[in-house]
This record gives sequence, C-alpha cells and structure tokens, in this order.
Amino acid sequence: MILKTKLAGRVYAFKSLTDVLAKANDEKSGDVLLDRAASTVTERTAAKIVLSNITLGDIFENPVLPPEKDEVSRVLKDDLSLGIYSRVKGWTVGELRNWLLSHETSGNDILRVARGIEAEAAAAVAKIMTAMDLVAAASKISIPSTCATTIGLPGTLSYRNQPNHPSDDLEGIKASLCEGLSYGSGDAVLGVNPVEDTVDNTLAILNLLHDFMDKWGVPTQNCVLAHVTTQMKAVEKGARACCLFQSLAGTQQANDGFGVTAAILDEAYDCIHRLGQAPGPNLLYFETGQGSEQSIDADGGVDLMTLEARCYGLARRYKPFMLNNVSGFIGPETLYDGRQIIRASLEDHFMGKLLGIPMGMAPCYTNHTKINQDDQEMATLLTALAGANYYMGVPVGDDVMLAYQDTSYHDDATMREILGRTPAPEFFEWMKGLGLMDDKGRLTAKAGDASIFY
Amino acid sequence: MVSENEIKKYVAEVLRDMAVSGVLPKAGREAAPAAAGGGDVLADILDEDLSERIDVPNPHNVEALRAIKKITPARIGVWRAGTRYLTDTLLRFRADHAVAMDAVFTEVPDDWMARHGLPKFRTRCESKDMFLTRPDLGRRFDPDEAAKIKALVGSQNRVVVFVADGLSTTAVTVNAMDTMRAMADGLKTAGIATSPPFFVQYGRVGSEDSVSEITGAEVVVCLIGERPGLVTSESMSAYLCYKAYLDIPEAKRTVVSNIHRGGTPAVEAGSYIADLVKMMLEKKASGLDLKL
Repeated sequence: MILKTKLAGRVYAFKSLTDVLAKANDEKSGDVLLDRAASTVTERTAAKIVLSNITLGDIFENPVLPPEKDEVSRVLKDDLSLGIYSRVKGWTVGELRNWLLSHETSGNDILRVARGIEAEAAAAVAKIMTAMDLVAAASKISIPSTCATTIGLPGTLSYRNQPNHPSDDLEGIKASLCEGLSYGSGDAVLGVNPVEDTVDNTLAILNLLHDFMDKWGVPTQNCVLAHVTTQMKAVEKGARACCLFQSLAGTQQANDGFGVTAAILDEAYDCIHRLGQAPGPNLLYFETGQGSEQSIDADGGVDLMTLEARCYGLARRYKPFMLNNVSGFIGPETLYDGRQIIRASLEDHFMGKLLGIPMGMAPCYTNHTKINQDDQEMATLLTALAGANYYMGVPVGDDVMLAYQDTSYHDDATMREILGRTPAPEFFEWMKGLGLMDDKGRLTAKAGDASIFY
Repeated sequence: MVSENEIKKYVAEVLRDMAVSGVLPKAGREAAPAAAGGGDVLADILDEDLSERIDVPNPHNVEALRAIKKITPARIGVWRAGTRYLTDTLLRFRADHAVAMDAVFTEVPDDWMARHGLPKFRTRCESKDMFLTRPDLGRRFDPDEAAKIKALVGSQNRVVVFVADGLSTTAVTVNAMDTMRAMADGLKTAGIATSPPFFVQYGRVGSEDSVSEITGAEVVVCLIGERPGLVTSESMSAYLCYKAYLDIPEAKRTVVSNIHRGGTPAVEAGSYIADLVKMMLEKKASGLDLKL
C-alpha cells in the first residue's frame, strides 16, 4: 500500500489508511475539530490521489478499527461475501469509481457486487467523487423493501409522516398525522418520536397509529421511535407495531452510548418477526448521521464520513425496511454550513445505496448552524435526483418536539410533482380512492384539509 | 371603554371567520392595516397567534379544524399554493427562523452587562464562530481569565452563580436577571451567600466545570441560553452541579430547563433553583445522585 505521493513539487506522506481516509474527506468541521482534516487544499487533493491508487484488498487488510476490539468491525467482516470480494479485491478505488459510473455497469450489476464491498471502501470511493458523480452512480441503483407494503419501487417516492407532539398528546399527534396524510405523506411509515421513552407511552402511540390505519384502511406501516428495548417491551405487552426502530453508530463505543449491540438488534428482529403486524421480510428501521460518534466522544480516531459508511455496513446485516440519514441534526461542530450538509447528504445516500441499503434522507438543520431553508431544499432536491427512497414529512418543516427543521408535507407533494413520481402503489390507490390525488399523482383540490378525517 | 387590544382581537376574529367561510379573499386580511397608531406600518407578523388561524378555504369540518389547532403547536391547517406554502405561512416561518438565528449569532450587548453590574469573562473561544465549532474550548478559560474569576469570586462563597450566553442571547437577556434575583433572595433567607454574579461570553454548559475548579465552589449555577426552536428563542436553562470538575459525567448535573414566559417563568424558576441549591448543599450531591 503506497501512502505517499508527490504533488506540485512536494511529497505528501500519510501515516495510515485511516489518515488518508480522513484527509481525503471534503471539508467537515467535525474532522477539523478533531485535527484530522487536511490542512491545505493541496494536501486534501494529495490524499485523494493516494486513496485512488489504494486497492480494495489494501482496505480489507488494514481495518480502521480492529475486529478484535470493535463489534461493528466484526459484524462488517462476518457479513462480507468473501466470494464476491475476491473478484474485486484487486481493483483500486479509482477503478471502482470508473466502473460504477460506466455505461456498461447497471444498477443491478452494482448490487451484485455490493456484498463484496466493505463499508470503508464505499467511503473511500465516495471521497474521490464529485456531487454529480454521487448522484449519477446512486441514481442507477434501485432498492425496494417490503414491510407491510413495498416502498422504493422505480417511479415512486415515499414519505415518513412524522407527527411529533411536544407532550405526546395523542389527539395532537393525530392532528398532524391527518394533516400529513391529506398531503399524501405517510406511505413509508407513520413514525412518531416520543418525548417520554416508556413502555406504556410507546404502546399507546403505536396503537393510536395502528387503529387509525385500520379505521381508514391506510396501506402503510407504523413505528414509534423509542429506544429499541422499550419498543420490544411494548410489543411484548401487546402493542401493534409493523417495524422497530433504532439509531446506529459506526463504532462499538458509540453504540454502547446508544445502548445497542448486535445481540440486541438480533433480538429486536426476532421480536418483530414473531410479534409484529407486518409480513416483512424487512422489519427494522434505522437512523444514522455523520458526527453522531464524535458528539459522544466515541469516534475511535476515524473520520466521520467513514464511520457513517460503517453504520450502513452494520445495518445491512438486518436487511432493514428503511434507513435514513439525519446528517445536519447535530450541529455546526460536525457539519458547519449548507455546503457541508449538501455534500454529506449526497455522500451518505450514495454510500448507503452502494452497500445495498434502502436509503431515505432527512436533510435537516438546527437553528445554531449557518444553514438556511434554501440549503436544505437543495440537499433534498439533489438527493431525490440521486434516487432516495423516502423523506420525512413534518408540518411546515418545523418539528415542535425535536426543535429542528426537516422536509415538510408540502415538500413531499412538491417533489413528487417535480419528479413525476407517485406514492407506493397501494397508498397511491388509497389516495385516489379518497379523492386526494389524481391519476398522475398530483394533489386534488380536496388535498391539504386534515378535517376530512374528522 | 373597549381597549384597543380588544378591538384588534375582535376585528381579527371577524376577518378570520370571513376568510374561513370564503367571504373574504385572503389578500383582504393581509392588507388589514395595523391598528397600532401613527404612520404606515405593517403589523408585526410574530404577534399573530397561529393557533387561531385557519387557512384551509372550505374545510370539510371547520369545528374539528379549530379544535385540532388548539391541541398542537404544529403548523397545520395552513393550506397551500399549488404544493407550496401560502406566502403568509412562508413569511412567518422565515420570521421565526430569523429570530432564532439572531438569538444564536448576536452577541449579548456590553451595556446589558454594565446595566446589571456583571463583569464579563471569556472562555477560550475567540469568536462566535469558534464557539459554535469548538465545544471543547467553550468549557475552558485561559489562565489570566481564570485568575480574574478567582479574584472576583473570592474563596468564602459556597455557591457561585453566573450567566453564559450559550446558544441564545435573547434567552439570557430576557430571563437571567429575574431568575438570579429570585434565587439570591431565596438563598439569603436561608442564610446562604452567593458569589458576585458575572457573565461568561462563549460559554458552554461545561464552562461551569472550569468555574467550579477555579473557585472551589460547592455548588455552581450556570444560567445559559438554550438552542432556539422556531416556537421560542427565549428559553433559558439552569445547570446546577455539586463540586463539578472538567469532564464530569452529565448525569451529575441537575437541570431546570424551559425557563421563559411560555414555560417556567423566570422568577418562579429562581425560587425553585434556590430550593435545589439548599438541597444540594445539605445532601452534598447533584444530578441523579440527588434523589428528588
């Protein structure tokens, strides 16, 4: 493995693969904070050059975190198809980029190779790609998934209806839920972030959502984003849930901070497989985001983008129904401004798709970051062009429980109309049946009125 | 006599009913003049109570819509232009976001500190930008600054209280002094003296750990601006800690959050904090170790 290059008359030497991966990263405030980023543009470019010449075999043999010490590394290693890997291990990262973008390579070709690609290799190739490269490659890859219904089919675009309420008031949750459904938001999942992480509260919200689905015949799935162990207890106590949720991180140490291990996730899958309301086979919902490890001092010396790819590697073991990225949720100490958020969103979507994950996106921002609505909308439009399976739906983008801004019910409808996409098939029929959507997937005059459900 | 406010409220109600019933085009309401006297001035859109407002032109069930607007602060019943927001919805969103951002990015004015007699100290952050991107430096002080804090506080005070800007300038300028006074009063009656208060620029919650180490305080109280949401930018928190030290586990802190006029009012919070301080001194603990 060559870790040195001459560039512009000077030699740039890197200490390790981990160092090259960090320095090849486009600028992120989180890497700067930890003194891991390149110090000049030329050094960053030198790192990209060195990285382009490293082989997938080099990456395999130089794990950023040793499997003996890190559970995520062990899962990644155990889950890799050595058969497929042996076919691609001689490729350099630069050759992988050319292959991904080639006209000769289809989305299915990419998926056939995906299980032989390591998370760190996905991060590596993304680091040498431009924004349009990331869109072009990802847009080839289609990854549908099935819980109670199927999302991610070509020509469709789906949404999680996120009707959060600052005190978990059930009628308050229902109010936003109805508003969102009247805009066509909710075909991916009806998913609430609870304020109170208790079994009874989780059970009450899950059943509220499922009762509503039953009463109105909504073809979708429900979820309450409490801690996974709380959800399991709620389901064991009789809560009706279609899928279980958990936030993931890219190091064992950070997952310890989240209170999650591979064993707990195995147990969660068994629980929902046995006691859930949906046939599956995809029954878990994950959330990840660049910088989550760093925010709890558990990054293991690895750059935040590479750790993000490792989350997808961990997730794929569980064949999730959906995984969405929330880079932008943490704040300016990890991603500083609109440019960094847009770049991170495109990287994450691409890395997830390359690793075989049914990716959704939540381009979002907090009020202490130099990001405005325009930046967020650009990230949303670009990742939609890249083929994200789903986004969030929040009333006017203002989450009154989590106090951040995400995509809105209006954005959801707008993207479908701009891109000519329709909701997931059964949900589309349901919308048409209620007279809320026409045959092309455009909202009718009736849409946007929550009171039709009252 | 009917007050001007009552007239405004009445007019707003009539106009809203007319708009809901479709009598009045929405532009009519937008053009409604500000009742505040003198000159041509548009009314402050932030004064409008969104829970009163319904923009859906011919709702299936108006009463239900009115009722659900009252049970969630979420922006629902807002209607649309095609698939996008109506201009009023967009302007209000922009205005709320503007106020939130300015609360974060504006400095607490020096004359505010002067008016309240608060000496100003700074963490190791040199600018707002550094403060936002370097959480580590927002918890620490340079030796010179530390010496000045020590000189101010002295060594006989068991309770040290200070104000930090944190993530909302507005929150501290609106609430901190009322909270601090109510707290000092509460402690005084119990015979507990507090340190002369001061202000920390670019302070994170963890700055109280440094302050505690510098002053040797038993209990440190940091009044700090919370990260603004779109609903309010005025929310302040108080972080209390018994014998804090750098990198102390977060579970050792006791927090009183949501201090603002729509949450726990500043004066009420101050008395409550005084009670907590008394308890901490007595039990020699804070956070999860302090069983409330």
